[in-house]
Amino acid sequence: MKDISSAIQLIPLENYVFLSVALFSIGMMGVLFRRNTIAILMCLELMFNSVNLLLTAFSAYHSDPAGQVFVFFIMIVAAAEVAVGLSIIVMMKRNVDSVDINLLNRLKW
Amino acid sequence: MVALISSIAWLVPAFPLLGFLITGLAKNRLKNNQAGIIASTLVSFSFITALFLFFSLRSSGQDSVTVTLFNWISAGDLNIPFAFLIDHLSITMMLIVTGVGALIHIYSIGYMHDDERVSSFFAQMNLFTFSMLLLVMGANYLILFIGWEGVGFCSYLLIGFWFKNPAFNYAARKAFVMNRIGDLGFILGIILVFFTFKSVSFTEIFSQAGALQAGAPMITLITILLLVGAVGKSAQIPLYTWLPDAMAGPTPVSALIHAATMVTAGIYMIARSSILYNLAPITLNIMIGLGLATAIFAAVIGLRQNDIKKVLAYSTVSQLGYMFLALGLGAYSSAVFHLTTHAFFKALLFLGAGSIIHAMGGEQDIRKMGGLRKKMPITYLTFLAATLAISGIPPFSGFFSKDLILTKAFENNPLLYILALGGALITCFYMFRLLYLVFFGSQRLSSAHPHESPRVMTIPLIILSVLSVFGGFLNIPELFGGKSDLGEFLHSAITSKVTEELSSSTEIGLIISSLALLGLIILMAYRTYVKRAVLPAADSESLSLFGKVVANKFYIDEVYTLLLEKPFGFLSDFFFNTIEKAVLDPAVDGIGTATSRLGNLVRKLQAGNMSFYLFAMVGGILLFIIFILIV
Repeated sequence: MKDISSAIQLIPLENYVFLSVALFSIGMMGVLFRRNTIAILMCLELMFNSVNLLLTAFSAYHSDPAGQVFVFFIMIVAAAEVAVGLSIIVMMKRNVDSVDINLLNRLKW
Repeated sequence: MVALISSIAWLVPAFPLLGFLITGLAKNRLKNNQAGIIASTLVSFSFITALFLFFSLRSSGQDSVTVTLFNWISAGDLNIPFAFLIDHLSITMMLIVTGVGALIHIYSIGYMHDDERVSSFFAQMNLFTFSMLLLVMGANYLILFIGWEGVGFCSYLLIGFWFKNPAFNYAARKAFVMNRIGDLGFILGIILVFFTFKSVSFTEIFSQAGALQAGAPMITLITILLLVGAVGKSAQIPLYTWLPDAMAGPTPVSALIHAATMVTAGIYMIARSSILYNLAPITLNIMIGLGLATAIFAAVIGLRQNDIKKVLAYSTVSQLGYMFLALGLGAYSSAVFHLTTHAFFKALLFLGAGSIIHAMGGEQDIRKMGGLRKKMPITYLTFLAATLAISGIPPFSGFFSKDLILTKAFENNPLLYILALGGALITCFYMFRLLYLVFFGSQRLSSAHPHESPRVMTIPLIILSVLSVFGGFLNIPELFGGKSDLGEFLHSAITSKVTEELSSSTEIGLIISSLALLGLIILMAYRTYVKRAVLPAADSESLSLFGKVVANKFYIDEVYTLLLEKPFGFLSDFFFNTIEKAVLDPAVDGIGTATSRLGNLVRKLQAGNMSFYLFAMVGGILLFIIFILIV
């Protein structure tokens, strides 16, 4: 544990933050501008994982395992969420024979 | 004994409430006289319980017992239990309300027997009795106020009992509105009492009041506001005009509500608050003025009335004026004594009038009656007893009570005595005018076939006439070898002002002179209406100016219409036609239209496009972050 922490600390904290911001922005752009629902779901996961990365990095730098415990929780919840999200996409494919997000436009009023 | 009183006191109001529930809920199932019998029985039970309480209280040796039923309001400083105060004053009132009430209920069985809504009638009468008992038994101003409003409401219902007649409905509304004016003053008074004493309970207030200085502005304001309430309820100038109109109700209602009990609620309330009033000499002087003015004014109007019930109504207003005079003089127990005897003889007069109206087939105009003495001997004799009592002829009850008030007036100021005696003489004249016109001479309406009323009506008359004749012996003054029993009895509950006693020779002189004058008045009435058989002018005949003014009740109703009703009507018309239609309606409509237009506009944002939603969300979060970073 000590070794892993020190190995991580070899790289400055800023780099982790920049990587995480870059991943988060990519994910967000994907969510906003992609029309394929599967791609949107993947971008969503990317955003999750950028946050996870940040959490683990800070956790290692502060030698506080609480951040890593959080990450495990998030991964479990994300797995459950992906199961629900994918099944929605499957149902969508069956119903409208497409995974274009713009076809789901009845959510109004 | 005290424990016994506490455990059964609630039964007194509970019986009439039960009667109200039975006759009110099962009104369509009760046949013939059933409703009346149930209602009368329950009120009689209530009377028996009250009698039992009276004897228990006497033998317990205590002056008062507070019976707390449950904690009613409890919030912060405010702590008001639902409690009854059983003391000598409330027990006196309870006996009057339930005793006279029971007799009137029994009488009503006969009087109302062919009315189609007889069950509703008895339900409302029972509800009235219940409210009146709450009023007199309540241990704080709030319970008193519940009863106060309850009796006002029942009075409204019963005046408008024959609601198919629009004039009767108008009379009911008038009574209600007039009472509301008084009630406003009363409720303000109660609020002020609470602010001053931090309590509304009688015992606490009166124990604190002793520390206050006499004539303090606060206490004067409180007593004046409470007086406004009493003026409305007890029909004094300027709020008396509802009472004569209230005669639209069935005659037993007039007897119970508008003569014996409800209208005396104001007297009771002031007598109850005697400690406060003793501290407010200004209010007492106002009360002397109001009472005396009402007593004389109403008596003068009574001289020219031709409707049998209207005569009695004005006489009630006038007698209430005497009670106010007594209250103003600080002779509270004399006022309660007059209230008691008045309850007996005025209830009797009204019930007698009901018996006459019943016999005449609904005719109320005394010009069309006459010669009923032979046809209705029991009604005649009882009516005679009541007339003698109200005129103040010894040894009838009215003599003792009225003489006591007159004596107190003389002790205060001989001028007051002369004015009050003048009112009493007028009372005597119009009562004998009524008696002679109705019972003497020859029958003037040929179509009617008068007959004596059934026994269910005459027996209450006989009992009440016994009370009217002997009621005065409750309080025989020292002058006649008595001990002022009622006054002594009430002494623990009421603090009367102590005044200088008159020497007995002065007192005897006053009595003899007033009796001589009364005799003269009776003789005068006899000569006018029996010997010369003068009939009051028909409505169409022209009268002298003064006669016309009196016959039209001094045009007070017209003045009120002109001064209050018309401007008020004009104002509401103005507000309806101008303000509401030009300002309020467009404003309210405008808000509605603007909202739906705005909604139409914003609706387009929500097109159902998921990408747009996400975009808006992210944009919103970004804006938020930027905002935080900048500020």
